Amino acid sequence: MENPNLAEYLPIALMFIFALGFVVTTMIATHVLGPKRKSKIKLDTFECGIESKGNARIPFNIKYFLVAILFVLFDVEVIFMYPWAVNFKSLHWEGFIQMTVFISLLLVGFFYILKKGALKWEE
Amino acid sequence: MTLNLFYFLSFLAVLSALMVVFSKNPVYSVLYLIITFFTIAGHYILLDAQFLAVVHVIVYAGAIMVLFLYVIMLLNLNRESEPHKSNILKFAAVICAGLLLVVLVGSLKGTEAIVQQSGKAGIGYVKTLGEVMFKEFLLPFEITSILLLAAMVGAVMLGKSEKTNDTI
Repeated sequence: MENPNLAEYLPIALMFIFALGFVVTTMIATHVLGPKRKSKIKLDTFECGIESKGNARIPFNIKYFLVAILFVLFDVEVIFMYPWAVNFKSLHWEGFIQMTVFISLLLVGFFYILKKGALKWEE
Repeated sequence: MTLNLFYFLSFLAVLSALMVVFSKNPVYSVLYLIITFFTIAGHYILLDAQFLAVVHVIVYAGAIMVLFLYVIMLLNLNRESEPHKSNILKFAAVICAGLLLVVLVGSLKGTEAIVQQSGKAGIGYVKTLGEVMFKEFLLPFEITSILLLAAMVGAVMLGKSEKTNDTI
């Protein structure tokens, strides 16, 4: 498990440390510096000025989930394009044809989604 | 240095994974699961699999987590209606998970030789991965698109209500 180029990840590590540190310091600072007024109205749930009623956890429309799952599928598809794009020149036309087969199969799915109207909200 | 980092990441991964199981609020479980995914991405980097680490963060911590949250919201987990699991059910779950652990450990014990073999530098780069993917593992790559297509069709079939019961 000896990794000689671990020092190369120092900028990424620094970025993570600063991002996390910023969040932590801001949260602590707001708790320390901010005034504390704990009245009933202040702690009430704010909902665009309208009086909130009922529970927040109601079952919601399946369409949100459908959009999310379709997003994940196309996300995975795009990830497969990274190794191809990096090797684009060395793979020549052969790689292009292979990728075209891959994409065309997914395009079938894309047109299926469009034809079925899965992305149409009003219906 | 590497070993210390490994221990730190492992400790964080196990701790957050335990918190996923033990936290009462399912949304907190999802947040702890994000930490677990990030630590696993750190493990990938230690294993010289940089591309896999980045993809893991993008797909799992980014996209799959949103799906998990949606599933939690779909399940309608109110505090009152949350089903109380009996002790027998918990016992059965522990046995099932323990058996799964035994199977995983048993199957991964034999792969030690393969891991040591592939220790050359730059094995996890996108370039190396692409060369292998488009030459040696071309058929699995193309089959993946069929898998994604099947997932798309399945999601649309299940999620999209037909015209007949569209009165809602």
